[in-house]
Amino acid sequence: MNDDRIDQIIESHQSEASSLIQVLLDIQSEDRWLSKEALSRVSEKLDVPLRRIQHIATFYKAFSLSPKGRHEVHICMGTACHVRGAGRVLEKVEAVTGIGPGETDLDMKFSLETVNCLGCCALGPVMEIDGTTHGRLSAADTTDVLQTYE
Amino acid sequence: MIRINSPDELVALRDRIVSERNPDTPCITVCAGTGCLASGSRDVVAAFNHAIGTQDLDVEVGFRATGCHGFCEKGPIVVIDPEEICYLQVTSEDVPEIIAKTIKEKKVIERLLYVDQTTGEKAVHESDIPFYKYQERMVFGANRRIDPKSFEDYLAIGGCQALTKALFEMTPDEVISEVKDANLRGRGGGGFPAGEKWEIARAAPGEPKYVVVNCDEGDPGAYMDRSLMEGNPYGVLEGLTIGAYAIGANEGYVYIRQEYPLALENLSLAIEDAEKRGLLGKDILGSGFDFKVKVHRGAGAFVCGEETALIISLEGEVGEPRPRPPYPAVKGLWGKPTNINNVETWANIPLIINGGAAAFAAIGTEGSKGTKIFSLVGKIANTGLVEVPMGISLRDVIYKIGGGIPDGKKFKAVQTGGPSGGCIPEERLDLEVDFDELTKAGSMMGSGGMIVMDEETCMVDVARYFIDFLTDESCGKCVPCREGLRQMQRILTRITEGKGEESDIEVLEELAETAQEASLCALGKTAPNPFLSTFRYFRDEYEAHINEKRCPALSCKKLVSYYIEPEKCKACLICLKECPAGAIDGAKKTIHIIDQEKCDACGICFEVCPSRFDAVVRISGEPVPPPIPEEKRMVIRKSKRQ
Repeated sequence: MNDDRIDQIIESHQSEASSLIQVLLDIQSEDRWLSKEALSRVSEKLDVPLRRIQHIATFYKAFSLSPKGRHEVHICMGTACHVRGAGRVLEKVEAVTGIGPGETDLDMKFSLETVNCLGCCALGPVMEIDGTTHGRLSAADTTDVLQTYE
Repeated sequence: MIRINSPDELVALRDRIVSERNPDTPCITVCAGTGCLASGSRDVVAAFNHAIGTQDLDVEVGFRATGCHGFCEKGPIVVIDPEEICYLQVTSEDVPEIIAKTIKEKKVIERLLYVDQTTGEKAVHESDIPFYKYQERMVFGANRRIDPKSFEDYLAIGGCQALTKALFEMTPDEVISEVKDANLRGRGGGGFPAGEKWEIARAAPGEPKYVVVNCDEGDPGAYMDRSLMEGNPYGVLEGLTIGAYAIGANEGYVYIRQEYPLALENLSLAIEDAEKRGLLGKDILGSGFDFKVKVHRGAGAFVCGEETALIISLEGEVGEPRPRPPYPAVKGLWGKPTNINNVETWANIPLIINGGAAAFAAIGTEGSKGTKIFSLVGKIANTGLVEVPMGISLRDVIYKIGGGIPDGKKFKAVQTGGPSGGCIPEERLDLEVDFDELTKAGSMMGSGGMIVMDEETCMVDVARYFIDFLTDESCGKCVPCREGLRQMQRILTRITEGKGEESDIEVLEELAETAQEASLCALGKTAPNPFLSTFRYFRDEYEAHINEKRCPALSCKKLVSYYIEPEKCKACLICLKECPAGAIDGAKKTIHIIDQEKCDACGICFEVCPSRFDAVVRISGEPVPPPIPEEKRMVIRKSKRQ
């Protein structure tokens, strides 16, 4: 993200330091990660020390400090999915993609995250890829689903 | 859009909208809440829009995409008013038939109806379906009747009446005493009486005052706040505005999870729309009362559901709780009196003002009034959101509404209250659900998650799961929570791996007690509950894991082996092909065997073995039988013509 766009986002929040989290969320949702350059710009414009920004960016789960792959895979580990076997689905996805939660593969194809509840417990276990929900999964189904992504 | 300047103008607008709507005109409503969207209701909505737009219908028909109806198990759900014909698991292919038969010919399509699993009887109307029949949907019921993006819909079902009444017929003190008399207790988990909290905030010195909606719903397996916000944002805003008037606040915040995009969208639209209509902003409805609402997106931290952490997060900082007192009602956002209530609490306010405290307090138990929305999930036949009067028995919720446990399995426990709640066993199922009874049983109301567990759920693993979750979500401020939970997590993990020692229990109890006593916020204080309540009711499972290295639920991976029963195996090759570890040996007509050295107990063979064979079994706590000798591995099929 270039500095102009970051400035725009900051202005849309009236350049208030208290809007720091909101500013970071906007950058995160556009870029899907927070680059060092972006954080430095925010620090400069909002006059907030970079240390505090780092603290916030590592405390809240929505932020990523590394770039994401083309497809974001979210495995729901909510309680309903857990008791219905989400752990086995996760293991299978890890085996197929070769990455663990929080990681991105070297081809930048998949980024894997576990999430706490996607709120469609009736469909559990649930895997969400780029916002599309794949529900009532068995560990055996997951390979087929992952193969449909390029 | 015209600004509404007085209660009379509001009434005139409502009368006009209602008069323009013929109650006999068929109206198709499709659930477009997150659950149904995930099961495909977007396509159903598109198909209806297409069919209504292009077909030459000789009958007039209304259409509405609504928020969550609650019966997520059977989504996408379509209900046709005024008859309330309820179709379940509808796909876009069913849409032309619904238009042709039900709308044009007034005929019911049998195959889309609810079928009772035990009696085989079909139910045509929504209210005949047991899932709905035993509920009391005072708060959640509006979801089905309105398009959440339409103010007209909200007004037509009586929206804004409570706001008008509060602003023009009641003083702020009268509003507070009404809420106090109703004895509405906070629905977010704490259960503190809302009216008392309002009174403290009103009386507290300091200006300006703030009101906040807590929509940072973070309990895994609970989504009632999201569904209310998605389905009826005007209702939540009306409650909030009434609260602001009562407390004397002119500014409000909605703290809402970033992970709830639809709720965020519908809420933002409603705020914008309400501002244009003069229902938010300056001089609301000509009353002289000003109230402005801002949206703050939460960036994902479970602890921010705790009110002091939420306030700090609103200020743009890292959400770590601070000691109470001072309570936020006295010293909250920017150090000013701040009243925080959860979404469901705010959504109850218009009901209390409209119907009066007495009517509200007539429902429920001595200490808990009104209804509560639960998200009934896990090993349950009818997953969904249910709203029931306080005092209903757990058994009724699980069996009458929830339809019991699927696949013929046996009930083991129900977990209530979110990660820091507890598990309630079968012998306590007749417990009357309210704030106090759940606490007495070693659990709590929490925000209303109800996760049903069956015989295949391991209670030690459940405790480990929640402690895992809380370890991860601990903000790290207090040592007993940050370090104590980590130790508990390690010990519990060890036990589930069969490496538990007898002394573990004692250490767990000690760590639990310290976290309860010495943590600052509710997260840390209640974090040991998952261990304490499972240990209280399922001690035998802990002992089996520690002493016999056995998982009675056959769930803990490290304690379970898989074995193919030779007499049942039909050498179908399915498990052999699916096994990711390549641990299964066999061929056509050769009975399959699992190489225990290679097997990593992923359980896929157990999952894929056809139920008519059921040849794969799980073994725990005893040795796996040796593989059958090579010469006996030939499958000899009996000739059909004997």
